[in-house]
Amino acid sequence: MQISRSIYMRRAIFSVAASLVGVVFALPLVWFIFAPFNARAELGLAIPSPFTLSNFVTVFQNSFAMHALLNSLIQAFGGVILVGGAATLAAYALSRSSIPGKRAVTYILLLFSSVVSGSAAMVPIFLIISAIGLIDTHLAVILVFAGGLLPTAMFILRDFIDAIPKSYEESAMVAGASPIQTFFDVALPVIRPGIVVVVVWAFVNIWGSFLIPFILLRKDTLMPASVAIYSFYSEAGTPIVTLLAAYSLIYSLPVIVLYLFVNWKFGFRFFGGIKS
Amino acid sequence: MASVEFQNVSKTFGSFTAVPDISFSIADGEFVCLLGPSGCGKTTSLRMIAGLETPSGGKVLIGGKDVTYLHPKDRQISMVFQDYALYPHMNLADNIAYPLKVRGEAEDKRHARAKEVADVLKIGDLMKRLPSQISGGQQQRTSLARALVYPSQVYLFDEPLSNLDAKLRLEARGFLNHLQRDMGMTAVYVTHDQAEAMALATRIAVMDKGRIVQFAPPIEIYRRPATTFVANFVGNPPMNLVPVEAMVDGGQLRLRADGLTLTGLPLSDDIAKAAAKGKMTLGVRPEHLRMAEAGDANTITGKLFANENMGPESLVTMERADGGRVTARIFTDDEIRTDDHVTLAFDTRHVTLFDDTGARIPEIGE
Amino acid sequence: MKKFSLLSTRAGAVFLAPAAALVGVFVIIPFFWVIVVSFTNRTLLGRTAVDPDFVGLQNYFTLFNPATFFTRGQFGFSLILTVQFVIFSALIGQALLGLILAWLSQSVSPTLKNFLQTAVIAAWILPEVVIGFAWFAFLDYDNGTLNMIMRSLGLPPGDWLLQQPFWVIVIFNTWRGAAFSMMLFNSAFQSIPPSYFQAADVAGASSWQKLRDIALPLIRGHVVTDLILITMWTFNVFTPFLLTNGGPSYRTELLSIYTYRVAFKDFEFGRGAAVGVVIMLINLAFALIYLQIAKKKKAEAE
Repeated sequence: MQISRSIYMRRAIFSVAASLVGVVFALPLVWFIFAPFNARAELGLAIPSPFTLSNFVTVFQNSFAMHALLNSLIQAFGGVILVGGAATLAAYALSRSSIPGKRAVTYILLLFSSVVSGSAAMVPIFLIISAIGLIDTHLAVILVFAGGLLPTAMFILRDFIDAIPKSYEESAMVAGASPIQTFFDVALPVIRPGIVVVVVWAFVNIWGSFLIPFILLRKDTLMPASVAIYSFYSEAGTPIVTLLAAYSLIYSLPVIVLYLFVNWKFGFRFFGGIKS
Repeated sequence: MASVEFQNVSKTFGSFTAVPDISFSIADGEFVCLLGPSGCGKTTSLRMIAGLETPSGGKVLIGGKDVTYLHPKDRQISMVFQDYALYPHMNLADNIAYPLKVRGEAEDKRHARAKEVADVLKIGDLMKRLPSQISGGQQQRTSLARALVYPSQVYLFDEPLSNLDAKLRLEARGFLNHLQRDMGMTAVYVTHDQAEAMALATRIAVMDKGRIVQFAPPIEIYRRPATTFVANFVGNPPMNLVPVEAMVDGGQLRLRADGLTLTGLPLSDDIAKAAAKGKMTLGVRPEHLRMAEAGDANTITGKLFANENMGPESLVTMERADGGRVTARIFTDDEIRTDDHVTLAFDTRHVTLFDDTGARIPEIGE
Repeated sequence: MKKFSLLSTRAGAVFLAPAAALVGVFVIIPFFWVIVVSFTNRTLLGRTAVDPDFVGLQNYFTLFNPATFFTRGQFGFSLILTVQFVIFSALIGQALLGLILAWLSQSVSPTLKNFLQTAVIAAWILPEVVIGFAWFAFLDYDNGTLNMIMRSLGLPPGDWLLQQPFWVIVIFNTWRGAAFSMMLFNSAFQSIPPSYFQAADVAGASSWQKLRDIALPLIRGHVVTDLILITMWTFNVFTPFLLTNGGPSYRTELLSIYTYRVAFKDFEFGRGAAVGVVIMLINLAFALIYLQIAKKKKAEAE
């Protein structure tokens, strides 16, 4: 059969192409999977021999490295709470309230958030943080991330809330619930999936980000993992590969776990630019 | 239970006028259907009773009390929504008991009451399920249970059956009718389905473009539609409307249209006045038409267009020379001659006349 | 006389307040402040740190000075470099690769599709410093995976970061960001009713014909959205800094890295701010185009 053979050929070609591309994409990361478990890891790719967890033990014993992870957690949690809370309230107001000029507010927010990027605003952000005396504090990093991520978070959440029928809240009010009861009993639980998505997105952004803490923090004791990772160099300036690899894996773990969580819970659908 | 009254209520959204000026009153214990095509203002009117829209003008009264600007929560009403609005994070027990919760009822008490109502609606054994885990018909009954769980002044329904398939809809309609007979509740029920309105209402308000065209008991609306709009909206298939030329001749009304043969009709002052304008509309319900036999004096004839067998009856549709169609409901037991041409006969007692503006002309002696 | 709404105007204002404060202080004020600073000779240390002078357009004259404009390590060089970077890594690299990836995903088995998408998305979601280091190891001259493969294929190894730094960051950024375009096109393809493709199958169309004649015309809007968004992001991206530090000898110094060097290594805030203003103007142009298209699309949908 001419036709079925050509379909078979086409399938095979597509499969080979897809496998090749997948392998090429995975290649730079393969080293990163093997090296942490290799006692004599170098920059080269090698099957761990002997297989060991000693690199992780060394990392766990390195108080500076562990402290940096804690700093990352503080900054990410702080930022996430601010972004999640403020974005939920604001998005709900933009979607449901009778405030005049909601459209204009949304438009201006979107415009500013895309114009004022980290690279454009690093100078004034540094100056503002200096002016209010927050240089070298966790709060500085938390506030700057909260401000920077909020417009996108609000926009994603507003779209999400817009898609939820108003009849949920209306039925609660007709049934006798006050606006406060309606918000907490009905609206908040119904928009919770959207909040989870925004919170995960904000967490991953803050957790992985380098530039803002790099600019705003000087003290070693405040450095998040993304900046502290550069301390794993020997006196001579060459990287201590075993440590770096193990630490990178530990540091990446929350992101991987969150990705798997979102993937399992919602399917990794497309949320209008979940990562900016 | 309480009465509901609208006094010159209007509602505009920006430049769009949904309801220009509407007044009516619904007595305690009435089941009123607001019936009309989409965009006729029926849902807006219902939402103004609920307090979910604030009128732009006029007054809304419930139980004689002015509630125009009262928050929905303070109105002592319940409402069933088109999409049911069941809270996805609460199980059926919590969903049904929610109105009692916000009234401060203790948990065991409100759950007992919820179960009581749920049992009546035959969803009592699903109380631990989430709304996403039950069928559409069960969801509909859950939303009904939530509305019935506490005593209300007025029960509001916003197209509550429109998301059900045909069979479940009939079943739910029958249940609602039973409930109304049982409780004698004051209810306002919005629908675009004329059969639903006919089956449920004690009175129907037919709405068009934000106005109430006719507000009367179902049978009255069916027998004496106030306008051609009502005649065309109520009944399935709707009343046949044939535009005719009218004149008075020899003390009788004569009507002329393609394919129409009609004896003279008796005159009244109203009829004579309408006939003087020259144009009228003749209305005949499909069930009042039959296959003509030799000697029938009043007939209408045209080319056969369709012959749909519905089991006990057939819908025979013909097209007259001017393109207008006429449908007859014929018992299948009768012999249907499906030649090229069909001639249908009717009795002048069953004729409804409308003047040139579409308003019904009162019958003689009415 | 109060009109009913789910959230009253006053409550709405209260709800908006925290977000308004944060966005106001950390997004909107910086927007105006960077403009102000760009007209001064503010520095990090010294007299001009506390009491900067107004210097008018001098910072801009320095940036656009024709004598040094195209010199390596100067503004013009970075600007042109960034434009090339955007064209090659975003418009050609990410968008085209994303489209191919999405199309491939459609036509292979679910297992293979999962593997492909996991690899692509991993490159996108892992923290940038980790990615930077992984690539550093990948490209190492002596032991790196890439040279290992080159040698085993009998090809000459290269010290890529020294020899081809620009193409390294182009490929790096393509690899890093392709996931976004892939996912956008994935969801675009999924929005096309399968019957369209089945009808084409019945008519005997090839995969290429289906892509060209059915899929692409239907997702034109998504393509435009994708191109503008990845252009804006790539234009502002700082991640290549983690791979090359802007070097060697400024050959990968993108505008974002240039700003960083001028402001935080040379401590010339005034000049750094001026670069920031230019970046914002370019961002503004793209954002306006994007919002205009989004508005039109929304109007069409309604």
